[in-house]
Amino acid sequence: MAKIEDRATRSKVAASGLNDDIGEEMRLRLFRSQVLLRQAEQRAFDLFLQNLVKGTSHLSLGQEAVAAGFACAMKPGDLSFCTYRGHAHTLARGVPVEKVLGELMQRDNGLMRGKGGSMHLTSAEHGVMGSYAIIGAHLPIACGAAWRAQYKGHKDVSVCFFGDGTTNIGAFHEALNFAVVWKLPVIFVCENNLYMEYTPIGDVTAVKHPAADRAAAYGLERILIDGNDADVVYRAASAAYEKARAGGGPSLIECLTYRYSGHSRADPAKYRPEGELEKWKERDPVKLYRERLKQFGVAENAITAIETEVQNIVDAATEACKAAPMPPLDILTTDVYADGGFAWRN
Amino acid sequence: MAELTYRDAVARGIAQEMTRDPDVVFLGEDIGKAGGVFKATVGLYEQFGPLRVRDTPISEQAILGAAMGAAMTGLKPIAEIMFSDFFAVCFDYIANEFGKSRYMSNGQLKCPLVVRTGNGAGSRFGAQHSQSVENWCMMIPGIKVVAPSNPRDVIGLMAAAVRDPDPVIFFEHKSLYPTKGEVPDGEIVDRLGAAAIARPGKDATILALALMVPRALVAAERLKAEHGIDCEVVDVRSLVPLDTQTILGSVARTHRLFTVEENPRLCGWGAEIVSIVADEAFYDLDGPPVRITTPHIPLPAADILEDVALPTVDRIVERVRRSMQS
Repeated sequence: MAKIEDRATRSKVAASGLNDDIGEEMRLRLFRSQVLLRQAEQRAFDLFLQNLVKGTSHLSLGQEAVAAGFACAMKPGDLSFCTYRGHAHTLARGVPVEKVLGELMQRDNGLMRGKGGSMHLTSAEHGVMGSYAIIGAHLPIACGAAWRAQYKGHKDVSVCFFGDGTTNIGAFHEALNFAVVWKLPVIFVCENNLYMEYTPIGDVTAVKHPAADRAAAYGLERILIDGNDADVVYRAASAAYEKARAGGGPSLIECLTYRYSGHSRADPAKYRPEGELEKWKERDPVKLYRERLKQFGVAENAITAIETEVQNIVDAATEACKAAPMPPLDILTTDVYADGGFAWRN
Repeated sequence: MAELTYRDAVARGIAQEMTRDPDVVFLGEDIGKAGGVFKATVGLYEQFGPLRVRDTPISEQAILGAAMGAAMTGLKPIAEIMFSDFFAVCFDYIANEFGKSRYMSNGQLKCPLVVRTGNGAGSRFGAQHSQSVENWCMMIPGIKVVAPSNPRDVIGLMAAAVRDPDPVIFFEHKSLYPTKGEVPDGEIVDRLGAAAIARPGKDATILALALMVPRALVAAERLKAEHGIDCEVVDVRSLVPLDTQTILGSVARTHRLFTVEENPRLCGWGAEIVSIVADEAFYDLDGPPVRITTPHIPLPAADILEDVALPTVDRIVERVRRSMQS
């Protein structure tokens, strides 16, 4: 288990109260978001076991604090760019659970009516500008969206999420340099869950912290945070957004976290050392945050009410998706070109 | 009407669109202060300033990715990839991103951008700076592909590409940059997906693209003068969308089909067109379609080798004559 280096930030969190800089309302949002991501992802896994989720899927179980913290700190109009492990980031922007599960189940009620699938969740109206399944591809794309904001004088930020494995591909380095040189309002968020796919990231990376230890190469501050503590994530995100909106350019943030499931549904994660999973579960982000709410004086029944409300949403979404029809065959050839069709000749 | 080089037409075409629409922005390596390594973008930096004409690092993935992100969110970027051979280092965007985001998102995302690039041989640059790679792009659903052969078309097709709501790959031929042509005054706007009959004829149809168009035209004059064979030369101009009606119409009149392709033999654009003609106009043909291409080789650097690799006027004349007289 990796050691969290940012001890100072953690102790500050523990010492603060419910109505500190984050406040009660936001804390309840952060908690609800994490509960929703946990339950929706767990449901996606259950539906896969029932053979109702087809194709592949890459779950974020254990990584909820990163998605919740960054999304809750965003403003409407801010843009998210995700990877194939993008369910959590999509849900965290407020996309309905039914739309996400529907896409995973390849139904007509899915976000993209089954044309994209689990790895490409997109909801432009929520600022989710796509989930990209080619490692590294979306870092330069996020730069371009940030360039538009800079050029037009807009105040939105582009936030790009990726795993530790992405830090070893060329597009990562091209995007970092490009974003710094052009001083773009883009935030690069590395979710370091310790494994690129099946291989420990440390076995294949020249530095210990794959994103944070590269920041200096691009003149950026080294930011390494506890990605299992939503308060820490929220504060780091808020600071980075503020800097970007003020014209201060990009940030690179490495969040230490852990995924409970394998890389994808095909992976039983047998490569993990014994006890590692259990050790990380002791610092489970949802559990940790639930305890903090109680410590700050939030009543047990208020917490339970949130959990029940989310449970009802996920249950209702599941039933709606099971009842939803498959997509009609006539969408096979729509939306290849802007005219709505696929004609390549006259 | 003024005489303009193909090179100057590039800058004029971009300037026309940047003047019209403040959301048109331009990025690439050495395009701004340096005016482009082929001097095809001279003056744009001075005219439109550093916010709209932006020099980039040597980062082709960053260039195409940034263009896509800007296009998705409201700008109309023109990105330059200096040599089309370099598509291979940023091909993810061309093959996996530009043309798929609209489809995968069920129409939520758009990608209205132009990638312009120096394509083709004739500069003695060797195998990695001379290729004709339009067929790499033609095979990918969701993107459009054009390749102008003269200065007027450079401006008109550039305008059409910039105004098009889909991603367009714009192939400029490096060996055509110094060539001159008459260009009308004022705004020029063409449309994508329209071939042009560059020379009418009744005996055979010769399809050509970019640098092969002027060669096909010279060959047609010689075939007429020396062998009495009257060839119709069709400048294909746009590979996607493909103007099959003009092509099929020409074949229906001449009953013979030749393609002149700079690309190496396998999977060249002519192969697709020959297959369409075989499917849909087989009984219009009086003889087998003939593809005249570069052999299936990497391109050599030496001038005497490169000159014989590409379809030459002599080779076009000889191949058409032999086929027509057999």
